[in-house]
Amino acid sequence: MTDLDFEPPYLFPDYRATQMRAPRHELVRLPDEWFHQRRGPAFGRVPVSSGDADLTRQHRGEPLGERIILTGRVLDSDGRPVRHTLVEVWQANAAGRYVDPVDTHPAPLDPNFTGAGRCLTDDAGVYRFVTVKPGAYPWRNHPNAWRPAHVHFSLFGPQLASRLVTQMYFPGDPLIPFDPILNSIADARGRDLLVARFDPETTEPEWALAYRWDVVVRGRDATPSES
Amino acid sequence: MTIPTPSQTVGPFFGFALPFEGDAHAVPPGSDGAVRIEGQVFDGAGEPVPDAIVEISDGDQFARCGTDREGAFHFTVRQAPHFDVLVFARGLLRHLATRLYLPEADLDGDSLLQMVEPERRHTLIASASEGGLRFDIHLQGDHETVFIQL
Repeated sequence: MTDLDFEPPYLFPDYRATQMRAPRHELVRLPDEWFHQRRGPAFGRVPVSSGDADLTRQHRGEPLGERIILTGRVLDSDGRPVRHTLVEVWQANAAGRYVDPVDTHPAPLDPNFTGAGRCLTDDAGVYRFVTVKPGAYPWRNHPNAWRPAHVHFSLFGPQLASRLVTQMYFPGDPLIPFDPILNSIADARGRDLLVARFDPETTEPEWALAYRWDVVVRGRDATPSES
Repeated sequence: MTIPTPSQTVGPFFGFALPFEGDAHAVPPGSDGAVRIEGQVFDGAGEPVPDAIVEISDGDQFARCGTDREGAFHFTVRQAPHFDVLVFARGLLRHLATRLYLPEADLDGDSLLQMVEPERRHTLIASASEGGLRFDIHLQGDHETVFIQL
């Protein structure tokens, strides 16, 4: 792939967990058609229902927090929309607490919020979620370490090389300059690609703020040759 | 703007979101040609990685399995010469990619294996074990798995 590339390194010592988990051998470079251009995982068994895109309506009541619309397009390396591809999101609640039992942060759980959603992009490559803005939360990476508010995204796309797991951040978050995970991306242009824009056009009056974030996955939405 | 969106770690808190019913079974266990593959993910200290999630795919087959406290995962797949494997974990800023070969596959002529140092090729080949196949993934260390540059 010759595209300009802002991927983080595997080893980034400021993010401590990379130290024992980053491979130390050089990764094997292969011709793209051997691996990268192989068909992406067939995600059809992952259940997606229309209600999965609204994280505020998965329980009896509405979750606490600032209701937001989170939308954007999924594009391929040619800038063309990636249609009908799976987008999975997960996040903390408005208080900065995940439902996940691994999370021990002493902030309240919200009985009306799980924080996981799925949808397929439409014919124009557009995804759209309704959720609440997640809170910041502490982690023990270094003294007084706090993660900026973020939403985790998992995307598939047309090819094996398209598979992407990343995080979306919110504009103006004061924690962003201090976060080793986001700052593992050395170039500010790359970090900026992970920050959503406030979208006044999509914001719905008297109801919800909107944030827009487009995602570019590697690969092209053409029929790839199988190796 | 067609610069690829950069990756970020899957983090430790995906366990309530990414798993789904039957996720580890690309084909039903016990179905024709089904084979069970199990393994563990280890870090550079040889410790199990309990917060990884592994995906395996080939053609129309796809399965996903989060690791347990022992770093263990398992899949049920239909036999194929090889599978593409992706590993996500806390501490991996970007996922890792590797390939799993079945031991009975025709390995001598495989062009991918030829690109790998001979003494590390074994990290890509599953071994026969009781009830199926075993494929451990070492993120780092003496037994580090061969990973593919994405």
